[in-house]
Amino acid sequence: MHEMSLCEGIRQVIEAQADQHAIQAVKRVRLEIGKFSGVEKPALEFAFEVVMRGSVAEGAVLEMIDLPGKAMCYDCMHEVEIDNRLDPCPDCGGGKLMPVSGDEMKIKDLEVV
Amino acid sequence: MCTVCGCGTGSVEGQSHSHDHSHGHDHSHEHGHSHDHSHGHHHHHDHDHSHDHGHSHDIHFGKGPAGVEVPGMTQERLIEIETDILAKNDRYADVNRATLRGLNTFAINLVSSPGSGKTTLLCKTIEMLGDQPLAVIEGDQQTANDAERIRATGAPAVQVNTGKGCHLDGHMVGHAMEHLNLVEGSMLFIENVGNLVCPAGFDLGEDCKVAILSVTEGEDKPLKYPDMFTASRIALLNKVDLAPHCDVDLDLYEKNLRRVNPGIEIIRVSARTGEGMDNWLNWLKGSLQRKRGTLAAE
Repeated sequence: MHEMSLCEGIRQVIEAQADQHAIQAVKRVRLEIGKFSGVEKPALEFAFEVVMRGSVAEGAVLEMIDLPGKAMCYDCMHEVEIDNRLDPCPDCGGGKLMPVSGDEMKIKDLEVV
Repeated sequence: MCTVCGCGTGSVEGQSHSHDHSHGHDHSHEHGHSHDHSHGHHHHHDHDHSHDHGHSHDIHFGKGPAGVEVPGMTQERLIEIETDILAKNDRYADVNRATLRGLNTFAINLVSSPGSGKTTLLCKTIEMLGDQPLAVIEGDQQTANDAERIRATGAPAVQVNTGKGCHLDGHMVGHAMEHLNLVEGSMLFIENVGNLVCPAGFDLGEDCKVAILSVTEGEDKPLKYPDMFTASRIALLNKVDLAPHCDVDLDLYEKNLRRVNPGIEIIRVSARTGEGMDNWLNWLKGSLQRKRGTLAAE
């Protein structure tokens, strides 16, 4: 996807927070990443380290919390949890699933000093 | 650096700026909400997370490794943010959406691989729409070729070059809209950068995404790049005039599209021969009418 852009977004949010809260340094950044968000975690980690250089979050630990992917099955009309976007419905085996959540890309919190 | 896009700096055609000029709309509402951060000088242990998710930026003491707060000592603090990474883009998109509502304008975001025939389809659509007011925003990494092709039809168009960027974002589109003098009751066509991955994640303020898939791309394209087709309300299966020559199964294209998006509408078209174009035009006109009706009722 566009992990560099995402990290730019993260840096902007962190810098705004740093201004507001007199943050000296960010030690840890926790993200919530949905299974269907398309985020490539190793790429995000790499980009994070690069993009945070020179900011209050330089050297911060990046932690990613997985959020489940849920979809509505158009065959049995159940909301089900699936691991991969193209998995069949675990309840009825149907193949027509519309994602209802799992595309989240959020900054949950910052541990700061 | 332009908004959320770390890929590079975009430019709106005819302007040599790089988007960080202060245009008065640099959204001062960035985190302008109130938050109670009473910084630890009196023990403020109000830790029951009563914030409504999204915006309150409480600072919580006593949640650091030490578990307590000691005045005068530095202690790691936890700041709950709960903010979408693309929040800034979303704010630009919201402004665009409000502008479009105010103008009773229906906006579509055309997304596809490079070479699916977006610009040809758009030129044909513009010709067939006749005197329907409309405007076009063209997104490409480089060149103003596409905007020139659109302007040759007589329609107003502005080119946005994204540089190294792989998608249009809300900020770029907001700028482009300023240059278009949109009139009441228009259709706005935003032709995104040819890319089936990144544009799926960036809201531009459009009413919906329209995916274009040409029959030469392979029936399994929707399975390989599900996100874009899931995010689209309608798919145009383009270049159907070529189908007999390239051994493809049009029904399988449709089946795979519905596999990743059971609710998607599909129209088979050929911009070259005009096949199916009436259905597409009817969809566009109906969508504009519905939006105007909805807004009038509000």
